Amino acid sequence: MGDCVIRASKLAKWFGEGDARTIAVRDADFEVRYGEMLYIVGPSGSGKTTLLSMISGILKPNGGQVTIEGRDIWAMTDDELADLRLKKIGFVFQDYHLFPRLTTLENVAIPLILKKMEWNEAMRNALQYLEIVGLKERAELQPVKLSGGEQQRVAIARAIAGQPDILIFDEPTASLDGDTGRKIVEFIKTRILNDKRCVIIVTHDSRIYEYADTIMKMEDGRITGLETNHLHEK
Amino acid sequence: MTGLFRIAFKLLVNDRSKFTALLVGITFAVFLMVMMMSMFSGILSRSCAPVYNIGAKVWVMDPAVNNTVSSIPMPDYVLSSARSIKGVSYAVPLYYGGAQVKLRNGSYQSVTVIGLDDTTLFGRPELIEGRIEDIFAENGFLVVKDAEYSKLGSPPIGSELEINDNRASVVGIAKVASSGLFGVPTLYTTFSRAITYIPTTRFTTSFVLIEPRSTGDIPGIQREIARLGYEALTRQQFVDKITAFYTYKTGMGTNILLMTSISFLVGLSISGQTFYTFILENLEKFGAMKAIGAKGRELVTMILFQAFFTSLTGYGLGVGAASSFMLLMRMRMPDYAAQLTFSILGFALLMVTIIAGVSSYIGVRKVLQIQPFDIFRG
Repeated sequence: MGDCVIRASKLAKWFGEGDARTIAVRDADFEVRYGEMLYIVGPSGSGKTTLLSMISGILKPNGGQVTIEGRDIWAMTDDELADLRLKKIGFVFQDYHLFPRLTTLENVAIPLILKKMEWNEAMRNALQYLEIVGLKERAELQPVKLSGGEQQRVAIARAIAGQPDILIFDEPTASLDGDTGRKIVEFIKTRILNDKRCVIIVTHDSRIYEYADTIMKMEDGRITGLETNHLHEK
Repeated sequence: MTGLFRIAFKLLVNDRSKFTALLVGITFAVFLMVMMMSMFSGILSRSCAPVYNIGAKVWVMDPAVNNTVSSIPMPDYVLSSARSIKGVSYAVPLYYGGAQVKLRNGSYQSVTVIGLDDTTLFGRPELIEGRIEDIFAENGFLVVKDAEYSKLGSPPIGSELEINDNRASVVGIAKVASSGLFGVPTLYTTFSRAITYIPTTRFTTSFVLIEPRSTGDIPGIQREIARLGYEALTRQQFVDKITAFYTYKTGMGTNILLMTSISFLVGLSISGQTFYTFILENLEKFGAMKAIGAKGRELVTMILFQAFFTSLTGYGLGVGAASSFMLLMRMRMPDYAAQLTFSILGFALLMVTIIAGVSSYIGVRKVLQIQPFDIFRG
């Protein structure tokens, strides 16, 4: 594995005040390295999504620090954070969140358009990423005409189109059958992950644990275990 | 930014049902607003037509007069006094009244008769047939060839009409800038013939028309006329007085204002509601775009573009539909009183801008409120 890309220290997040205060994450310390596939696992309400949101610059922590390539992301302005997410982080949401009125190609091109790339060039580039996920021939279809697995792959193509260093997947197999889910994760492992990129997956689908390099277990907002999968150590 | 505009455009137009609903709503609202205001503008323009057609710079009248039709005859000394006021180049009497013309088929047709000063014929219309001096011939009348001309049986030069048992010979066919409001034909003759042919009250001068030596003399003339107990108005003041009368004292203005407001509200509610639904439907996707790295102002720009694109397209369609409708109506009814002015177009554009602004404001608030974390949380 390569250098450390994300480092979280003493991360804490709570919602509400006084008696209504709910602690979502407490004292979270961990790091993610280039080339690593990290799973964050745990039951519902254990703080996985909150932790993921804090390390990806979406949800401000109440305490602690997150650095990406050595820069404290929560010391940045909103615009700097947005730029960081655009350039460094790729998201694949649980429900994909593809625009149903745009074509598959246009959906994939969104990060490129946000990067101010010229329209035709963005479309050409997006097509290459669709080719990577094996959906080049579906470029002009609207997402609703694709299967769940195909939509997932479009979301992956959109996430990698901006050439991010960090890829974040929120429950990537939750809406897929077991076989398709495994194929998707295998695809991520073999085709998307590389030495210059890390992948963080939030899941509680134990059927895909075998693909993880590291599994971080969470319960009641705490990190209760950090296991390295020696079968996949590089 | 052009790429984002294209994305915004595609998001909008590819949702055909909502885009159609938005366009129909705004087009309909613009159509109604423009039609209402154009009709009112047409009516006002027609009501002021005699003032423009006669063209005098200063009109003297009884203060109770609200429009040309309801003139109150003035005694002759008003004319004499006006002529003696400093700054008056010349002053002439004008007869303006209504009469019944008996047509060849025995039926009667109401007409407006304008009696011009016998000496100067000040305020005469432009002739398209005949010679102006023939108005001095026995029984000489000019007929205005406008949308109402056919109501007299389209009489050619040399034909005869009957007014109050008097013979009236058509000696010229004239044209005027604008027809009157009440849809009756207009005849011109001399002042003396008009008061001879048509039964009048003791006083006969409907208006005194004044040509001032200079514009600067007008206030002095107005003061002197006011001392006589009468009112001297410039052409624009008289037009304003007529406009105010029809706007505020006939209920016409209130009704038009109500209809225009209702049209605006219809447009606003249809557009606002549909646009809000459109934003709600895409809200999570906008949230996802925020997570990906879109800035709030970029999303606001997209929404504003969508709202203004729809509104301006609806505005164009609405104005097009209204002007086509007016054109069609004018082909079928030449005296159809509706006119589309730049101020109406500007006002409708302002209303549409407000519709777009309010509609997008609702959407912008929603999109700014959505947090990327909400997307993760589901």
